[in-house]
Amino acid sequence: MAVRVLLLVGTRKGAFILESDAGRADWRVRGPLCEGFAIHDMAYDPSDGAILAGGQSPWYGPLVWRSEDLGATWTHSGEGLGYGEDGPALKTIWSVTPDPGRGLVYAGVEPAGLFRSTDGGRSWAHVDGLRQHPSTPEWQPGNGGLILHTIVPHPTDDDRLWVGISAVGVFATEDGGRTWQTRNQGVRADYSPDPYPEFGQCVHKLVLAHGGPDGATERLYQQNHCGVYRSDDGGRQWQRLDGNGLPSQFGFPMVVHPGDRETVFTIPLNGDDKGRFMPDGQAAVWRTRDGGASWQRLADGLPQEHAYLGVLREAMAIDRLDSAGVYFGTSNGQLWASADEGVSWRRVLDTLPPIWSVDAVVLD
Amino acid sequence: MATLLLPRSLIALFPELPRRSEIPAATMAELLERLDERHPGVRDRLTERSAHGVVIREHINAYVDGQPAAIDTPLGPRSMVHIIPAVSGG
Repeated sequence: MAVRVLLLVGTRKGAFILESDAGRADWRVRGPLCEGFAIHDMAYDPSDGAILAGGQSPWYGPLVWRSEDLGATWTHSGEGLGYGEDGPALKTIWSVTPDPGRGLVYAGVEPAGLFRSTDGGRSWAHVDGLRQHPSTPEWQPGNGGLILHTIVPHPTDDDRLWVGISAVGVFATEDGGRTWQTRNQGVRADYSPDPYPEFGQCVHKLVLAHGGPDGATERLYQQNHCGVYRSDDGGRQWQRLDGNGLPSQFGFPMVVHPGDRETVFTIPLNGDDKGRFMPDGQAAVWRTRDGGASWQRLADGLPQEHAYLGVLREAMAIDRLDSAGVYFGTSNGQLWASADEGVSWRRVLDTLPPIWSVDAVVLD
Repeated sequence: MATLLLPRSLIALFPELPRRSEIPAATMAELLERLDERHPGVRDRLTERSAHGVVIREHINAYVDGQPAAIDTPLGPRSMVHIIPAVSGG
């Protein structure tokens, strides 16, 4: 069967699906889908072939959408998505993350919390151990709200999972969600009187690098409000990487190469108090090939004049083809693609609604 | 028996919903409960929890016989109930 590459694009005004072949040069566009809903995140579940989309309608509230035919038709469910009689009302869905090895789907929501589905997103149950952490009453929102935006299941250990919450930090469970521990040691919080608190860090994106010399999967990277970091012990200790050549400590998205744990892409913005666009109006993606020891600026094909682009935390993706495709969507509706691991870039679309998420799927 | 009129955008979410239906109910809360029995999930799209308990969503307007209504508004035997999305968004 010929390879099909899909880009799942969540926007403030619905979802879009783009499709190409292995060349990734020409893209067919479908959408808007999930019409009337702002879509924060989309994902493909390889365990059953479903596409999931999470977000909210300004009128009808938060929902998770599900398509079993690659976006032609959709169902939706909010069943079980709520904190019950005594909890806060749910505002929106920020993350939908399949855990295909276990037949699970996770949802991260605002106000920050984690939900789990055992039926592909048709119904949900609160993973209440996280909000039972003693720090919960002190959790503070970031600019985007108090949001659980990143969910990282461990690929082989059923009991392990990491989550990222803004502006609270990284948490991990090693008992299937019953109890949670903070994973923020070594990560700065410049806006806090204590620059290294146990929690209160503003993690923007957390990614897990698969593989390694011994098959270990303890390598994490994060793009934080206050720096770029790497951990080699599952988040117990972090070391800072943005002093190694990046133009800024500030950015939102981050992706790691699916076949090389030393290769990571990020998009630095000029600073949290400087407009939050690409430095000097010159668009660039930055890549490391050595685990963050050095970084290269990749800008071939990207605009180098008056490019005041912003890219949000879910709006970058990488595919798993041999020459990995890298993609990002901007807050002003531009979608950019590279079929050569970020070396050169082409604009795929420039008139979408504000892009909130991009996910890449390879079907073969 | 109240007459309920629903907006196009809600029917887009639940295509089996009739635009107009007759529902026996003494209050708005009961009407939405009966509607949810027929079409599971609809009530949660129209209501949310707040510090004051379950309320009609912030950007959903409900009217009973032309007057703004809340979740506890009583219904008469021939009440006309309109559910209308608020003018919001961007």
